[in-house]
Order: sequence, then C-alpha cells, then structure tokens
Amino acid sequence: MTVGASTAQRVPDGSHQSLHRKASRGSILADRAATVALWGTGVFVLLLLGAIIAHFAIAAVGVVSPGFVLDDPSDTVLGGILPILWNSIYILALTMLIAVPIGILGGIYMAEYASDNALTNAIRFAEESISSVPSIVVGLFGLILFVDTFHMGFTALGGSLALTMFNLPLMTRLAEQALRAVPQEERSASLALGATKWQTIRHVVVPLAIPGLVTAVILTAGRVFGEAAVLLFTSGTGTPAHYDFSFINFNAPSWAMTSPWSPFRPATTLSVYIWKLNSEGLGAFKNQIVDGSAAILIAMVLTFNLGARLIGRVLTRRLTAA
Amino acid sequence: MAQMTTADRAGSLRAAPGLLERIDLPRRVVFLAAASMIAIVALLLAFITWQGLQLFLKDGVSIGQVLSPTWQPDSTSSGLNFGVLPFIAGTVLVTGVALLISTPLSVGLALFLSEVAPAWARAIVQPALEIFVGIPSVVWGWLGLTILVPFLSDTFHHKIAISLPIVGEVFSMPGFLTGFSWLAGSLVLSVMILPTITSVSYDAFRAIPQELRTGSLALGTTRWQTIRHILVPAAMSGVLTAVVLGMTRAAGEALAVQMVIGNSPTLPAAITQPVTTLTSQITLDMGNTVFGEPWQDALWTMSLVLLIISITSVVLVRLINKRRMGS
Repeated sequence: MTVGASTAQRVPDGSHQSLHRKASRGSILADRAATVALWGTGVFVLLLLGAIIAHFAIAAVGVVSPGFVLDDPSDTVLGGILPILWNSIYILALTMLIAVPIGILGGIYMAEYASDNALTNAIRFAEESISSVPSIVVGLFGLILFVDTFHMGFTALGGSLALTMFNLPLMTRLAEQALRAVPQEERSASLALGATKWQTIRHVVVPLAIPGLVTAVILTAGRVFGEAAVLLFTSGTGTPAHYDFSFINFNAPSWAMTSPWSPFRPATTLSVYIWKLNSEGLGAFKNQIVDGSAAILIAMVLTFNLGARLIGRVLTRRLTAA
Repeated sequence: MAQMTTADRAGSLRAAPGLLERIDLPRRVVFLAAASMIAIVALLLAFITWQGLQLFLKDGVSIGQVLSPTWQPDSTSSGLNFGVLPFIAGTVLVTGVALLISTPLSVGLALFLSEVAPAWARAIVQPALEIFVGIPSVVWGWLGLTILVPFLSDTFHHKIAISLPIVGEVFSMPGFLTGFSWLAGSLVLSVMILPTITSVSYDAFRAIPQELRTGSLALGTTRWQTIRHILVPAAMSGVLTAVVLGMTRAAGEALAVQMVIGNSPTLPAAITQPVTTLTSQITLDMGNTVFGEPWQDALWTMSLVLLIISITSVVLVRLINKRRMGS
C-alpha cells in the first residue's frame, strides 16, 4: 500500500498509463475461472445439503407416522421407536441438567474473573484438549470410570455424565462468548453504583447475556442429541421392548433397572440405535426403521439449529426493547 | 488533608467487607466449574494411559510386536499377535486422502464466503454449514452405506472406471466389488470435516486487514491474483490450524467410518480396497472382549494412540498460533 503510493508520486506526469497496467488476458481468464470455481464450492454445499434433506424427506414417507413415533419396536411389523426416542430425550435432559449450570458458571469465570495467567492457560488447554479428544475415547473413559471402576453397569446416568464431560468445553466457550458480548459500560455503571462484582454479574451481566446463553444451550443440546460414540459403552446398546411410564413407585426393588424414569437403567438412544441396527443387520424392516430414525434426527437437528437462531433473535429484541 | 477526607468519605460509602465478601464464595464456585475441565482431562489422561500400558506391563507384549502388521488377537487360535500397524496405517491413509479432498474444497468455500459471495449468498451458505456440523455421524455413515457404497461398486466401478485406461487397472484390483473401501471412508470423512476446515479458514481470511486487499487491487491485480499471492500466504497459519483441526476430527471419527470402510485388518494395496482404522476396530471389538484380557488391552493401547494424536494436535495448533502472534 505505502510502496504503491510512493511509487505513484515519483512517476512523472504523462505516464499515468503505466500505473494502470492492464491485467493480461491470461490473468483475466484465470480470475474468471477462479470466480466460477469459488461460486461452485458454495453451490456444491447447498446442493449437497438440499439433497440430503430431500433424501430423508422422501425416505421418511411411508415410515414416519404418529405410530412410528408412539409405538414400541416390533420384530414382525414395522413397529415404532417410542422407547428409543424417550431415551434420547431423557439423556438429553439429564445431560443438560448437569452441563448447563457447570458450563454457565465456568463461562462466568472465564469471562469475568480469569486473568491472563498460567492457571487460565491451563483451563484453556484443558478446554481445547477435551474438544479434540475423539468421542469414542471419551466413551471409553466413561466405560472405565462408570462401568469398570464404579460398577454402575450401562446406565443413562453414566451416559449423561460422559456426554457432560464431552460437551462441557463447548458449553463453557459459548457461555463465555455470550458474556463477553455484554458491553463493558454496563459493568462499569453497575460497579459505579456501588454493586459488588458478583451483584453486577448476577443482576446486570447475566440477564443481558441471556439471548446468547439460550443460543449456547440449544446448540449444545443439538450436539448432545446426535452423539452416539460416547454412549455406546456408557449407556449401552440393549434395545428396550417396552416402557411402562406409569412405573413411578420409587420404592419398588425393580424400579431402578426397569422404570423409564430411572437414571440407573441402560438406555439406547436414537443415534446408537441406528448404529446398532446397522451393525447387527437383523430384521426385515431394518432399512425403513433406520431411514425413519435418521429422518427424525435430521429434523431435530434442523429444529435445534433454526430454534437457536429464532429464539436468540426474539429474546434479543424483547430484552433490548424493554 | 483534603484528599484524606475525600478518601474517607468514599470509604464510608461502601460497607466494610463482611465475611461472605472476604471469602468471595461466588468466585470460588465459578472457578471450580471452569477448573473441572482440568480435572476431567487429568483423569482421562491418567485412566487411558494406565489402561493403554497394560498390554506392555501386564501381558508382556513387546513394542516391536505392537508395531508389526499382523493382527491375530484371538487366543483360541494359534499365532497370537497384537500388531496394530494396520489400524494406524488405516487411520493415516483414510485421514490423509480425506484431507486431500476436503482441504481445497473447504479453503475454496472459505474464500468464497469471505471474498466473493454477496451478502445474500453468505446468508444462505453459512447457516447451511451450521446444519452440516449438526448432522450426526451415524447419519453420515448411513448415507455412505446406502448411497455412496452402492454407487462406488455399481455405477462407478462397473459402468465407468473399468473402461477407463489407467483408472481401470486400479479398480480391477480385488476388493472393490463391494464398494466398502478406503476411498469410501475418505469421501465420507471429507464431507464431515468440511465445515471445520471452512469455518476456521474463513476466520483467518476475515482477520486479514482490508488494506492488503485494496493495496493489491490498486496495483492492478485481479481478484484471483490477490487471493493467490496476498490473501492465502497471509492467512497461511490460520489455514494450517484449520487443516490440523480437520485432521483431528477425521482421525477420531468412529461410527461413520466404521460403516463404510469394510473393516479388513490388513494393509491395503490400493485406495479401492477395504481397510480398518483405530476408531473402527475399537468400536467393533470392545463389546466382544472381556475386561482385562490381552485382546481388550490391545484396544486400550489403540485408544491411547488416538489420545496421543489428539493432544499432539492441540499442542501443534498452539505452536502455529504462537508463531503467528510472534511474527
């Protein structure tokens, strides 16, 4: 930039033409070709996503129906996936119950308290490490910890704890970003009024960050919902045939192992179910069930994603207008 | 003296710190929440390392044997041998080709988003990429299994590739009739890591000051020349970070790969043959083995290798970024 400018000044009058050195024909052709190729990448991604969504929309026709969602699995007819879908939602809820508070609190520390020192650096390193550890290895860690060491067996709780460990970095980082996005003036104003640091965080910063925090929760939930490798060896792959949702007698001896409300029972989720059906390859309706389950997963991913955007936008408007 | 009075008055505005304030309980709680991640990593490293070393410590298998190409873990047959080389090689090969396919595409897409696309196109493609990230790996595996694998074996293999001069030679090698192959695994992975590489390189291109672009264009270069000679070199460390992150994700992906690569524990002779990877074999065998038997210990050693790969890549990314900050 500076070099160009100084050269321009030194060029004597009358030779302006040399400044506007015309690009050669070859370089213009190359530029056109590159533009087309770069547009091509964008079009490719959109077409691919469109094709995937269309594929599952078509595959879902004739499979996904109210009965598919609300019936028990069956060996003889198409049946449904109710117990598996229930497990997915149950594990999602249990995971978020543990991960959201820890993630938001951790995000508060990273955004509001952490100074630039070795300890903060260690936390960041841990955050990046867990994010890059393969999900299957996190699942194996859960296997040693919960199944082999604590002798819990395959449980929904063990699966949720493993998922919490796996998704805590994401939740913490998104929460930190949401809190950092709150303008510094808000904090200064609150502190100037005599509020303590914690009062400022609780009554000023966190409420202002709520749209971002909600988006963080939904995005994390989307990832938890589709995860399978973490759960294979922690919550297990056994397929429940039927759940008795009226079994809420906590004192019954068999409650912990069989009630759908218990966190101490094995729980196969939708993603794990797809993998299991595929690897065992049994049943006349295998392909339809997997197609239908995958279609529901994709629909949930779309819902989580669009929901995060929509709710984030609505909350921002409402909170800033108030 | 006047200053003292002001200070005194300011002091009286604030109540004397109570016990609760001095302990600063909230600070401690939020610190514990953040520091829990250190505990998780420490525990994970300790447990996986301990389990991963059992093959050497307890079962007395030599490192030389572990690095040999023969995988014969079943104690009921003769010639017990725990060579994990085919799995390490499979992971490297499948990941490598996936990066070769995905990197140009992803960097191109990042350039499209940051340099070429008008606002409306960005507003469509970016959300699409976020949805891509959210698609579960079992769904990618299922798509690979039901669409890509049959396409490779029927349409591509039988109708196109065989009739071509050199490609035909490769594709007539044994093993490709089914479509389950190194190539299928790499193709599935290349799509899965596309959003990772794209978004990290996109951030790198966005971080380049606008002056570099205007300066270059003012010298009469075309946009492509600016991209090639100014922007790509300037964003190189960011793109490198993106590729390392994509590599980590590809090497660690388990279920999608397992569903399409054919899982044959041998070193492949061509890209058209079935292979197996570390993640794939762990997924398949872990449930069929008993805790404490050498076969399972070998699987733990393989997961230790995966852990080392991922921690190394974290350190690598940090080194790349430190160099960028330094320069």
